[in-house]
Amino acid sequence: MQLISPTPAATETTSSQPPRRSRQSALRRMNIILLFLLPSAIIYIVFVFLPIIQAAYYSLYRWNGLVPLSDFVWLKNYQLALSNKIFLGSIGHNLLILVLSLLIQLPFSLLIALVIGKTLPGRTFFRTVFFMPYILSDVIAGLIWQFIYRPDSGLNVVLQHVIPGYQAQLWLADPKIVLPSIFLVMIWKYFGFHMVLYVAALQNIPDEIDEAARIDGASGLQIMRFIHIPLLGNTIRLTILISALGSLQYFDLIWIMSLGGPVHGSETMTTYLFKYGFQSFALGYGSAVGVILFALCFIFAIMYQRFIMAREVEGSLTEAAA
Amino acid sequence: MYTIQQTPTYPRATLQANLVLQRRRRMMRLYVQLFPRYVICVLVAIFVLVPILTAFIGGFKTSGELLNSPFSLPIAWQWQNYANVLTQSMFWQAAENSIIVMLATVGLLMVIACPVSFVFARMPFRGREVIFNIMLIGLLFPFAMAILPLYITLRTFHLIDTLLAVILPQVAFGLPVTILILRNFFRDVPQELEDATYIDGGTQVDFFWRVLMPLARPALATVGMLTMVASWNNFLLPLLVLNSPQLWTLPLGITQFQSQFSTDWASVMAFISIAMIPAIIFYLFAERYLITGLTAGAVKG
Repeated sequence: MQLISPTPAATETTSSQPPRRSRQSALRRMNIILLFLLPSAIIYIVFVFLPIIQAAYYSLYRWNGLVPLSDFVWLKNYQLALSNKIFLGSIGHNLLILVLSLLIQLPFSLLIALVIGKTLPGRTFFRTVFFMPYILSDVIAGLIWQFIYRPDSGLNVVLQHVIPGYQAQLWLADPKIVLPSIFLVMIWKYFGFHMVLYVAALQNIPDEIDEAARIDGASGLQIMRFIHIPLLGNTIRLTILISALGSLQYFDLIWIMSLGGPVHGSETMTTYLFKYGFQSFALGYGSAVGVILFALCFIFAIMYQRFIMAREVEGSLTEAAA
Repeated sequence: MYTIQQTPTYPRATLQANLVLQRRRRMMRLYVQLFPRYVICVLVAIFVLVPILTAFIGGFKTSGELLNSPFSLPIAWQWQNYANVLTQSMFWQAAENSIIVMLATVGLLMVIACPVSFVFARMPFRGREVIFNIMLIGLLFPFAMAILPLYITLRTFHLIDTLLAVILPQVAFGLPVTILILRNFFRDVPQELEDATYIDGGTQVDFFWRVLMPLARPALATVGMLTMVASWNNFLLPLLVLNSPQLWTLPLGITQFQSQFSTDWASVMAFISIAMIPAIIFYLFAERYLITGLTAGAVKG
């Protein structure tokens, strides 16, 4: 897993060890390492690592979670999942969310970051406001927007006043528009996060570079286009990765606002997994869905890092797991 | 002789008028440049704030008024909805559970993550990088993938329907990010400090406990706050493992309240607002730390 690993060589050389005088002190050192390492290792293995391995194992069985594991079906669950129209539809929805995120959410965040820029007076105020939805829980965000999307109130009332002859939309009850409706909420909640990353990267660009460009006669827009955006390259590539992994795993808002419905119109892989894994106790099948989900994320992350990031992204996956 | 530099002499008044004019022109240019930027920012701020304010103000309306004029100020400010929520024992119970889960998660995570980050940063041994990388892969795992087996594991330990079933997995899934941030911080502490500890007769544990930990306070605050927000907002895991209403955390309590009072949106808005207030206050105070934490490492390179 060298991909996410930072430079191991560097750490090796910087940390020296206390002089080892005897076997006893070496033993003590070993004890410290074990004592420091074990609690984390145990919790991590029991609650993260083993469940992942188990998911792969359960996915080969037909199992309702109650009886002993015995009905070995080999890859049948995968076959079932990949030929299930609803599941394929939910993969499609995830991909749609992914594409919309990359085409709308990230450019929007970048635009706002550039508008705020390095100098706009009052930029801390705007940053504070724009980032605020990110720290609210999805339940709160989902319920507020569920109200705004009510057929008989919220947004429809406003639009009825503004547009004459406006027909009330069923924002969350129409399978054709439920996904875009939810996507708007996702922008509302998450653009601030990406914007904050961009603004932080902008602030890291030395003023001297801007200065030099200005002396050479570049306009504000030219500085933005030819200096700021290229220098944000790494951050942009990183946010693409975060956003894509997030899109593939998205659950909370959708579950709260539409439960994946109506008529599976906003079903995603995670809501599907939750419905079929838990609510109908098909644990083997649900695990297979989980493995497929993981495989998609993993392949995407690996390919992306290999071919596009090219550089280590140490500390950058912070959000990928959340 | 002298060459007298003939400077044009203007009357004082004209000179001043010129300066004022110049300054005004410069200000104008600045305004023209800033104005569209402010327009965009204000529009986006409205987009962000309207839903939040709708909830706060909605709690002060009657439900009928809220449905008819969702975004206006209330005709008469009703305190009843807020009072009703605050006198519900369910609300206080949920708030208490959320606080217990949050503090236990942060506490346990810190206690186990600090030592292990120290080992990863400053105590090399064979196979260390392999272990470190296995822990980092956790960042790539979708939580959703692990929930089914996780549920089975928790059931095996008879933890289902206890707060520990939320706390322990939250700690486990919080480990990778925390270790990553702390390890980087510990690694960047100069070697001289470590050497100085040994010269003074200290051990590695002394160095860790007396030198590194006090130095790491800002980093600890950062990861601690990230964990607190994540724990406070967690929904999927509690939804899965907590069945008894008296164990529910706030996010579960809110959904329950909403399905119970689905016709009474004003009360739901009041409940949401009260649940939102601590998060927003916390955010306004901790913003710097939260943002540092999220951008840590993301922007370098």
